[in-house]
Amino acid sequence: MLQVVDLSVRFQTPGGSLLPVRGVSFNLQRGDSLGLIGESGSGKTTVALSLLRLLPRTAEISGRIELSGEELLGLGESELTRIRGARIAMVFHDPLAALNPVLRVGTQIAETVRAHRPASRKDSWAAARDLLRRVGLAAEEADRYPHQLSGGMRQRALIAMALACGPALLVADEPTSALDPVAQVGIVDLLRRLREEGAALLLATHDLGLAARLCDRIAVLYAGRIVERGAAAEVLARPRHPYTLGLLRSLPPPLGSRSDARLQPVAGSVPSPWATLTGCRFRDRCPRAESDCAAAEPDLVESAGSEVACFHPLEAR
Amino acid sequence: MSAALLEVEDLCVDRGGVRVLEGISFALQPGETLGVVGESGSGKSTLARAVLRLLEPARGSVRWRGRELLTIPERELRAIRREMQIVFQDPANSLDPRMTVAASVAEPLAIHGLARGALLRARVVACLRQVELGPELLDRYPHELSGGQAQRVALARALATGPALLVADEALSALDVSLQAQMANLLRDLRARLSLACLYISHDLRMVAWFCDRIAVLSGGRIVEISDPATLVRDPRHAATRALIAAAIT
Repeated sequence: MLQVVDLSVRFQTPGGSLLPVRGVSFNLQRGDSLGLIGESGSGKTTVALSLLRLLPRTAEISGRIELSGEELLGLGESELTRIRGARIAMVFHDPLAALNPVLRVGTQIAETVRAHRPASRKDSWAAARDLLRRVGLAAEEADRYPHQLSGGMRQRALIAMALACGPALLVADEPTSALDPVAQVGIVDLLRRLREEGAALLLATHDLGLAARLCDRIAVLYAGRIVERGAAAEVLARPRHPYTLGLLRSLPPPLGSRSDARLQPVAGSVPSPWATLTGCRFRDRCPRAESDCAAAEPDLVESAGSEVACFHPLEAR
Repeated sequence: MSAALLEVEDLCVDRGGVRVLEGISFALQPGETLGVVGESGSGKSTLARAVLRLLEPARGSVRWRGRELLTIPERELRAIRREMQIVFQDPANSLDPRMTVAASVAEPLAIHGLARGALLRARVVACLRQVELGPELLDRYPHELSGGQAQRVALARALATGPALLVADEALSALDVSLQAQMANLLRDLRARLSLACLYISHDLRMVAWFCDRIAVLSGGRIVEISDPATLVRDPRHAATRALIAAAIT
């Protein structure tokens, strides 16, 4: 359904040229779910936003983004509007910023409905109430303003809006990061249910646990490139790239494990987007780096069931 | 428990006519770390501010080394504040964008008359070294720092006055996984080295369980449960605790 081929994004700025995404490729079938995992600056949000061309106008996007065979990068603004919301919908991380504070929630959802199909005010309002029920809110919440809802309710309302036109693909960028853990569980359950109903999901997140709960496959991004990709359970249980392992080891021990040992973070920090780098972008932080890692940048190659971009990957077990 | 560093008793806080904290009581021993967890709106951050008397409670008592903070004159409170510091979630908001790193860290030292002149600069460098930052950052402004560096500067500033209590209000939440772990290790080392007591407020139960000696669960403005991490996880008594544990495990 969605095919992204060799996607690169470049920004020309007064300080020089920035390349937050370099040669990212992936596919998404109907009902599929892919987690784009990465820390700040990894490029995950840029990838998510480029699908709907929501990046600033200064962004130069190259590569191919095909939705059911239709190339999106060549489309004009009016054609894009037809696709946004109707076929691909976005769920942002901060629902308070994404909702209009001076309009009732129902009005905003009804507006989205009318933007894509002819409907009377009454019908679109009824549709809004149905959508709110579908995301687990009472239909009466349609009458409320965003500030009258809790964070979790706002995110549900935003998802209701995203669902207004029955999109085939939901793009969610850190949909739970502004929520407390208990509210997060509700949103995870909701997204999972929507997946079961057939929507494909592209999830951009730094939260490995969230990706594990929601996605069949994950792609780990580092400095704008996919460094590891495979079945979520496989990658998280047996990571092949040293960076993926580093991310997993950075987490505190599971609840109840009683481990008191120091955490084992990845050393150093993500390279600055301004840095001109060659070779493997991770090598300065990598405990397995050798001299060949400086000479060239490893490609993503298939190895024992998953794909990894590393000259010295961890053993497949 | 006269040896307690901080004793909070029946603390109640109202905001906008609504009671947001009700009957909060706990004690913190020197060098002890108490984690405070709870859902959004449970009163975690209000508790942090009330303990530091950054807002006026409606009722109750907050004793610092046995002295009642809620009735103490502002001048004396200032001297005590030297010993209690806070680090917030977002260093971009807590650091003054117009001040260099050197000026930011020097400010509390100067305010409390702890160092002047050439000595001041040396103390600032030492404060930065404590949080594993080098002197090359001295003349940078907050916007020239990475998120991890900025949070370390905020920590250096908080530790500059040699506090006995550090309140960390979601201090790691805005950081990436790997930086969070680096910072958590650093905080744990510093806590041991400086015998710091810590009030560690977070929604990340896994991190809290690893980091803290005891955990208090806030729900609806009340402490509904308080115990050591192992007991809390093994045998949660309150529904709010069970919900938090379930959320951290799934």
